[in-house]
Amino acid sequence: MPIAPDPSPELSTYAQPDRLVTTSWLEDNLDTPGLAIVESNEDVLLYETGHIPGALKIDWHTELNDPVIRDYLDGESFAALMSAKGISREDTVVIYGDKSNWWAAYALWVFTLFGHEDVRLLNGGREAWISQGRAITRDLPHRDSTDYPVVTRHDDDIRAFKEDVLEHFGRPLIDVRSPEEYTGERTHMPAYPEEGALRGGHIPTALSIPWAKAANEDGTFRSHQELVKLYLEDSGIVPGDDVITYCRIGERSSHTWFVMKYLLGFDSVRNYDGSWTEWGSAVRVPIVTGEEPGNAP
Amino acid sequence: MSPSDEALPTNLATIRDDFLALGVPDRLQLLLEFSDSLPEVPEDRVDPEAWERVEECQSPVFITVDAQPHEVVVYATAPPESPTTRGFASILVQGLRGMTPEQVLAVPADFPLQLGLQNAVSMLRLRGMSGMLWRIKRQVEEATGQ
Repeated sequence: MPIAPDPSPELSTYAQPDRLVTTSWLEDNLDTPGLAIVESNEDVLLYETGHIPGALKIDWHTELNDPVIRDYLDGESFAALMSAKGISREDTVVIYGDKSNWWAAYALWVFTLFGHEDVRLLNGGREAWISQGRAITRDLPHRDSTDYPVVTRHDDDIRAFKEDVLEHFGRPLIDVRSPEEYTGERTHMPAYPEEGALRGGHIPTALSIPWAKAANEDGTFRSHQELVKLYLEDSGIVPGDDVITYCRIGERSSHTWFVMKYLLGFDSVRNYDGSWTEWGSAVRVPIVTGEEPGNAP
Repeated sequence: MSPSDEALPTNLATIRDDFLALGVPDRLQLLLEFSDSLPEVPEDRVDPEAWERVEECQSPVFITVDAQPHEVVVYATAPPESPTTRGFASILVQGLRGMTPEQVLAVPADFPLQLGLQNAVSMLRLRGMSGMLWRIKRQVEEATGQ
């Protein structure tokens, strides 16, 4: 039985307000049965320095990826992970993290690949919670293990592969990386040289809308009105479009995927998690350099 | 990858053995203890121009080395919201303490891989620590003309 959505008026203008909760709602619901709070960060130790009371930690690098192949967990491994963490299939999962929920959105996207029904983001993430002076603890929560069912991962609806992108020309692609990565000046993100690609530039026709434009200074999402201006009015994307987002490895574009899917209400939005580390190293795929999106091949 | 067989100087060997004696979750706790105990750099001790950004790290961490003929002192700063990076810096600052330039240069480049942290923090993140180590060694080389 899902927990009733956060009724805060500040969320009500988004397409699916039930996908977000505010920090005050979460504070009021820390002990509500059926709630699992999950922290997912870029920094693997940040959780240990203090987290929201009762929150579990899920690390993207070490827990959501297949350890060998570049892919996510399969159904058995996800069920084992959820069961060990004490998360039930019926639980309302609220995910939060550092960097404006960058990795939290990635974790939410992976939960969605397995069709976990009620998974929400904490608007503003870790930074908002802490800056508002709300309680954090180093105590590890105890949750009884569960028997999470084995669910086949369903990639088709929200995940795009390189082959899908090659078939996608003519429909909107959003490149959410920094302008330097988009133009091809850099083959990696500033300060992330180890996650580079062999060639620089962007996928032809991709619009450049850096992910952070969707976030306020405090890490919360921009208002619905501001998002409409950014993604629709200024970019020419229209409601009903079939959209693919990408970045470097798919984590920043999960943030934009969340915005398009749940805050703006696009039905068909896929995240290309191969992203630039695949495209920029693949043989004979088309690439455009410079500030213009370029033409479809 | 098997750890290097080269003998490690005592401080580093002790740190490595402490990590390897623990199970994986406790290794993260030990890394957190290092993070919490990264020595503060006394004000005016370091020329602001001397700080070198460790580009291999995802978060802003800066190092600088005072390489005297008989002893190398490593200074590092990293923000509290980047505890993993702070932990890596702290291991090197404390582990290299008291070493001569020759000893620092002899530290195996794969020392970060000897701590058993691959499964706890991921290979990708460990590259940040490798980046710190080679930058420290490069600064020692430049300072001592070796």
